[in-house]
Amino acid sequence: MTSLSITSPKPAARAARARLDWFQIGLLAVCGLLTTGALIYGGYLLTVFQLAMIYGIFCIGLNFFMGYTGQASFGQNAFACIGGYGSAILCVQYGWEPALALIASMVVAGVAALLIGYPTLRLRGHYLAMATFSLGLITYDISIQWTSLTQGYMGYAGIPPLGIAGFEIESERWKLVALAALLGFAFWISQRMRDSRFGRGLRAISGSENGAAALGIRVPRFKLIAFVIAALYASAAGSLFAHTVGFISPEVFGPQMAIITFTMLYVGGVGTMIGPIVGAIVASVLPEIFRSVGKFQDIAYAVVLLGMLIYAPKGLSSLGKLFRPRKKEEA
Amino acid sequence: MPLLNVCGLTKRFGGLVANNEIDLEVPQGSLFAVIGPNGAGKTTFFSMISGFLGSTSGSIEFDGRDVTRVRQDQIAAMGLVRTFQLVQLFKGMSVIENVEVGCHLATRGGVAASLLRPAWFRKQEIEVRERAHELLDFVGLGSQAEQDAELLPYGQQRLLEVARALASKPKLLLLDEPAAGLNTQETESLARIIQKINAQGTTVLLIEHDVGLVTRIAHRIAVLDFGRKIAEGTPDEIKAHPEVIAAYLGVEEENA
Repeated sequence: MTSLSITSPKPAARAARARLDWFQIGLLAVCGLLTTGALIYGGYLLTVFQLAMIYGIFCIGLNFFMGYTGQASFGQNAFACIGGYGSAILCVQYGWEPALALIASMVVAGVAALLIGYPTLRLRGHYLAMATFSLGLITYDISIQWTSLTQGYMGYAGIPPLGIAGFEIESERWKLVALAALLGFAFWISQRMRDSRFGRGLRAISGSENGAAALGIRVPRFKLIAFVIAALYASAAGSLFAHTVGFISPEVFGPQMAIITFTMLYVGGVGTMIGPIVGAIVASVLPEIFRSVGKFQDIAYAVVLLGMLIYAPKGLSSLGKLFRPRKKEEA
Repeated sequence: MPLLNVCGLTKRFGGLVANNEIDLEVPQGSLFAVIGPNGAGKTTFFSMISGFLGSTSGSIEFDGRDVTRVRQDQIAAMGLVRTFQLVQLFKGMSVIENVEVGCHLATRGGVAASLLRPAWFRKQEIEVRERAHELLDFVGLGSQAEQDAELLPYGQQRLLEVARALASKPKLLLLDEPAAGLNTQETESLARIIQKINAQGTTVLLIEHDVGLVTRIAHRIAVLDFGRKIAEGTPDEIKAHPEVIAAYLGVEEENA
């Protein structure tokens, strides 16, 4: 097809990239349908899906660090905290534009991630997990104790909704649409980074750090960049939460958030392309489904999660592979 | 001037001297082999040259530059690329993606380029893909390009690692026991591939346990035993060397 390839009669180089299989496309379609359903149905479901979109953005970033690069972080909520409080403070105290506040907070979070990541990322495995977890705890404590900045447990109320140049998105439906569009944009960005020399370098590190270093990949630097990317996504998610809900307090960005997003990533499929989105939506919808079981809600939710982790350890988005043992004809 | 010049290289692990004052000169364009019984210090030697392990004393000069205290990825960037005795494939990536990672040093562009995708970047991506295909064809894995790398049989994983290392266009290719665990047929095809790589101008330094393979393809051989270099010469000289025969070929002391 391409005249460039002389030695090997191979299909066009352009065509072959990381592709989604039909199962994954189906999953995305289901997620899209669910979101559309919520949009039509309205009411409480709107909030559920708004949060799912925000968590989806958070998880896309987390997937860079935990999925592609294969490092453990339980502390990305710290950067969501920076984003959330950054937006709240800049908008409420100083009357900034939400979009501007979001970007400014991302810059702060990115710089913080650089400074924190540089020493922390020397750790590996469980030690890294512990260090990042404590990072989340420290940030949580700061957000409670530094009352002059964060107003402590009182939190910030009256954060203006998202908008650009004086135009604010007031309607809950339009908020969901805007968040879904932002999720799509975040996904598109992540795909571009993944399918590149940079993204391959990250994934190589998760496969074998020594192998990557032997091929000239600067492993510590790549890990740091992945950490910063995850922090930027987390910060954006934190800001979006503030603007969507209009109120933040320390609990929002507490350790609970690290656990929730971790669950989402694993349910969806850590290291897969669509895992973060699918996981965020499924893990947000499931508790609502189980609401009907009343007081057994949490138990039912836990059972389903356990089942998923046992029978689909690589998450929902790689479930398709289980039913397709021979994939030669497709390749 | 030799491409690789190792001088008095020593490594001590506490009281154990793994490498003792090893001198080695690998000329440009040669196919050089280091052999020795198990535990002779071959892999230690290799790890020091490739920057994965610090040396206790001695110096390593590569391509006219001192690389004794240089990080492994920087050494790789200078053109000294190694493979591993225990294959270090990138799990979760396809066969061709593994080779594409190998093109890292031969290409450029980071996050910004991946987001903006300028014309040179897109062209480069296509070239990477094509080069990866060529290299897979070269080692005979062309038909498995899209398969998961970890699903390849062991012998093919080794070939993939060689293809991946070649993708970075090394000046010196270090192969750490490439024939370990291969059957006779696989070893044969590997030998041919190594010879082809060398014929195309890449200097090859090979560590091997399998004396048969080495004496057939290497131009020059150094023999390690108990961390010392006990002999160096052409394959014929090595085969006739009394100390080598004693230490390695004759009374072989292999711990099962």
